[in-house]
Amino acid sequence: MEINYEELGLRVGLEIHQQLDTASKLFCSCPTKLFEGSEEGVTRIERYLRIAKSETGEIDPAAIYEYMKGRKIIYLVPRGHVCSVELDEEPPHELNREALTVAIGIALGFKSKIVDEVHVMRKIVVDGSNTTGFQRTAIIALGGEVLDDEGVVRIQTICLEEDAARKVGEVDGAVVYNLDRLGIPLIEISTAPDIRSPEQALRVASKIGIMLRLTGKVKRGLGTIRQDLNISIKGGTKIEIKGVQRLELLPKIVEYEVMRQLKLLEIRDELIKRGVRKEDITSNIYDVTEVFRDTKSKLIRDKLRAGCKVYACVLKKFKGLLKVEVQPGRRFGTELADYAREWGGVSGIIHTDELPGYGISDAEVHNLFKFLNVDEGEDVIVITVGTEDRCTRALKAVIDRARDALSGIPKETRVANEDGTTRYMRPQPGAARMYPETDIPPITIDSRIINEALKYVPKDPNTVYEELISKYSLSPEISKQLIRSPYFIYFYDLVRELSDEELTPQYIASLLTIHLRSLKSEGVPTENISIEVIKDVLNTLKRGEISKDGVIQILKEYALDPKKPIEELIKKYSKVDVNEVIKIVSKIIESNREELIKRKDKAFNIVMGLAMKELRYRVDGRIVADVVRNLIRDLGQG
Amino acid sequence: MPSTEFSREGIVILKLSNGYNVGISIKDAYVEVVKEGYVKTYTEEGGGTSTYVRGSSDSLISIVSTGGTIVSRVEYETGAVKPALTAEDLIDFIPELKDLGSIEVIDLYRILSENMTPKHWSSIAEVVGKKILSGVDGVVVAHGTDTMSYTASALAFALRNLPQPVVLVGSQRSSDRPSSDSALNLLAAVITSLNAPFGEVVVAMHGTISDNYVLVHRGVKVRKIHSSRRDAFQSINDIPLAKVIFPDKRFIMINNRFLSRCRKDELILMPKFEEKVSIVKAYPGIDPEIIDFLVDRRFKGIVIEGTGLGHINDSCIESLRRAVEEGVVVVMTTQTIFGRVNMNVYTTGRKLLLSGVLPGSDMLAETAYVKLSWLLANFNDLDSVKKLFTKNMVYEINEVHEDYLYPRWYHGD
Repeated sequence: MEINYEELGLRVGLEIHQQLDTASKLFCSCPTKLFEGSEEGVTRIERYLRIAKSETGEIDPAAIYEYMKGRKIIYLVPRGHVCSVELDEEPPHELNREALTVAIGIALGFKSKIVDEVHVMRKIVVDGSNTTGFQRTAIIALGGEVLDDEGVVRIQTICLEEDAARKVGEVDGAVVYNLDRLGIPLIEISTAPDIRSPEQALRVASKIGIMLRLTGKVKRGLGTIRQDLNISIKGGTKIEIKGVQRLELLPKIVEYEVMRQLKLLEIRDELIKRGVRKEDITSNIYDVTEVFRDTKSKLIRDKLRAGCKVYACVLKKFKGLLKVEVQPGRRFGTELADYAREWGGVSGIIHTDELPGYGISDAEVHNLFKFLNVDEGEDVIVITVGTEDRCTRALKAVIDRARDALSGIPKETRVANEDGTTRYMRPQPGAARMYPETDIPPITIDSRIINEALKYVPKDPNTVYEELISKYSLSPEISKQLIRSPYFIYFYDLVRELSDEELTPQYIASLLTIHLRSLKSEGVPTENISIEVIKDVLNTLKRGEISKDGVIQILKEYALDPKKPIEELIKKYSKVDVNEVIKIVSKIIESNREELIKRKDKAFNIVMGLAMKELRYRVDGRIVADVVRNLIRDLGQG
Repeated sequence: MPSTEFSREGIVILKLSNGYNVGISIKDAYVEVVKEGYVKTYTEEGGGTSTYVRGSSDSLISIVSTGGTIVSRVEYETGAVKPALTAEDLIDFIPELKDLGSIEVIDLYRILSENMTPKHWSSIAEVVGKKILSGVDGVVVAHGTDTMSYTASALAFALRNLPQPVVLVGSQRSSDRPSSDSALNLLAAVITSLNAPFGEVVVAMHGTISDNYVLVHRGVKVRKIHSSRRDAFQSINDIPLAKVIFPDKRFIMINNRFLSRCRKDELILMPKFEEKVSIVKAYPGIDPEIIDFLVDRRFKGIVIEGTGLGHINDSCIESLRRAVEEGVVVVMTTQTIFGRVNMNVYTTGRKLLLSGVLPGSDMLAETAYVKLSWLLANFNDLDSVKKLFTKNMVYEINEVHEDYLYPRWYHGD
């Protein structure tokens, strides 16, 4: 679909969440590392959250109340990663000063105005991802800007907040979270809805990302930076999309959301044309198990045997609409199914727009319409199989969503799929559900902390790029790659500490970019290589104990087996002098003398091959070649 | 926004349209008054006014609200803490309560439990007694957790021959948090008040840090043993009487040693408490003058929280002897929390016994303090006081300590 975004009045705002690399969490002394062991044997606790109806805020309080009711939440509590604070069994400790300092530094980098007193707030979160039922968050700074080719994008707020627990699965309708991530400091940078195109969203997000990285105090790796988007078009609805982990997806997500809103508006217009009114969509839910008593559908048969029943609801005059594709691979029916799953915990729905199918016969479809006495030519029947309680909740959500279709696009919080499409997550919370965290006293921002923060202020990426070219004579391509490299933040340190005539900034830059990248493309887990290891190895190179070829080889072997002491690898590839080469080559010639004499014309290659096996990465190949050439000359005379 | 105790001078707190608060310095700022508003303040006395919400069953439950976390709530707009509770508030947060019966909330006090005194115990006992006599089906007392077990003990002695349970309930996480333990605790308290076969004063609080069951502890045997966990309340030297399992709200008895419900006309109210009773903790550098001071100031009872089997530094024995001689009732409990005092084993204990110090068996120091205060206020002659103190009255003494009464900790396995 060719879309003119300007005409549609596209407005996109970004919320970038980046984990900070601090020693401890935001409100306790637990480390900020995730648990990597097996979940087996990890302590589990079970909770339910609830909220008073009058306190749910502005938007559809009943919806949020219903949403929370009876939802079991299971928390995994891995030892060494979680204390009573994350468990909501102890009040929060004081706000982590290191995190606050870094956040102030970042805010200064975006020309944002730091507040004089930081007030930690509680933001109600209903999905269980916070044990307390709220996320602790505080505004650190207001205003600021990001420069972009399409114009200035304003920053609205910069917040410091606690990361939520990590969702690891669902069992029997209960959500399972690991608490290791809960409480890791996050900086949240929110832009105004100044972004006008899908590509601009990507550019602005990546620019903010690079600046965050330039502080040297942010976490790296998948999941450590997450983008949320607010997307709206003229006549549409502002939709929140959460948890985009891959930057490259941003343009697609914007494009697909615009597509979805346009399609939903078309569906609305069609419903109006058909003369459907809200009251036509009744709330009745029917037990239609009878119709499927002898079904051939394995899906239904298996569940009936397990004691489940089939329930149905009718969407009057919706025929054909559930087939309408709203995003690639997602139909309006898929949107309804999302609601059924989220609210009822059922595995999905089946609707007559997609029948016959799933082993359900034509006859069964006819019987279904007859059984409910509705019009096969006009209406849609939605069925789901399960327990009465779940199916009722699921179908009620389907009916409510179908009614919303008459007004266009319901306000929702959605979550991004891998392919850039999105799915329903939960009702959108209102702004009023925020109140002061009374357990944490406000923090005064004085000149001392501001001065401390200066060391974290990131430079503008363009300045950095130009500096790399002019000051360090890097090529534009390497400079670009370097800025994006996870090791970039260490480049300056390495140059300052190590660089000399041999070990040039260009060499260090290409090691950190091209060489490590090519190792990665070979499948070497380069994330195992810490900056300390790189420093050790480069120091050895500087002392002349290893060769440049040796550097790569050592890093490669280390990454493959990081338990091995690096000293051992350095020894294995330590440089040898010419005398040693002569000794080794002589020995090879000695033990292969007969064969070499026999195949004199191949002698060089044979000896070279054997010698390099022993000497590879330890000495320049040309030196070995010289020695071999000299020594087989002797062979000829012998 | 109203400023907090911690705010610096010259800072105004603004609430932004996105709901956040920020503090901004007003130095060199231009301030324009748009509108004036006030933060409501609350007194500590609720005055006993009652509110009522009709339920869907015939039972009537009276909830006596005395204050504490369970009834306080932060107001979103101002951040002010509202320490009172109405029946509507309660139903708004816990609509399921209506299924159990009609709910009446009596707004008696709005105090944090650290500010409770024996005077408060007396009026709570009177209100509860009156409610029972008026024929309500269930009585629940909402209370701050810090001294809840003291009040529970007080009611256990003040309300003799109970025809129904009196259930104290609190919460470790305030009701304005979605993760609050108050809803489960309150539901369990109401269920217990309606269904329990016993006529005892009990405390209903979370059994674990999961929302899987609430324990119903005997008021004279329960202690808050953690400063913040929701399962902070545990029975000491006894097992809980019952548990209420969630989400199915099932009430089950787990202790068959209990006082059965009496007839309503058997209820005797003895709500007086002596305030001149003190607890003295034994510690290595203790100065006997502390005891002398209490005697000089006409204290009538001293509870010693002794070391180990019930000991205190030898240097105090003389002062204690004098105290007993002057008519002060001195009793011994142990600061080890678990176990029983036995003053026959070591010389110090024997000397203390000879000085007239009474052993408190396995009573918690708090329970011994309340019991002594109650005995001194309701019995005129010291002999009765002393005799009754060492005698079991409401299962505050448990003669049999089986192995499983003692908790297990993590030992590296």
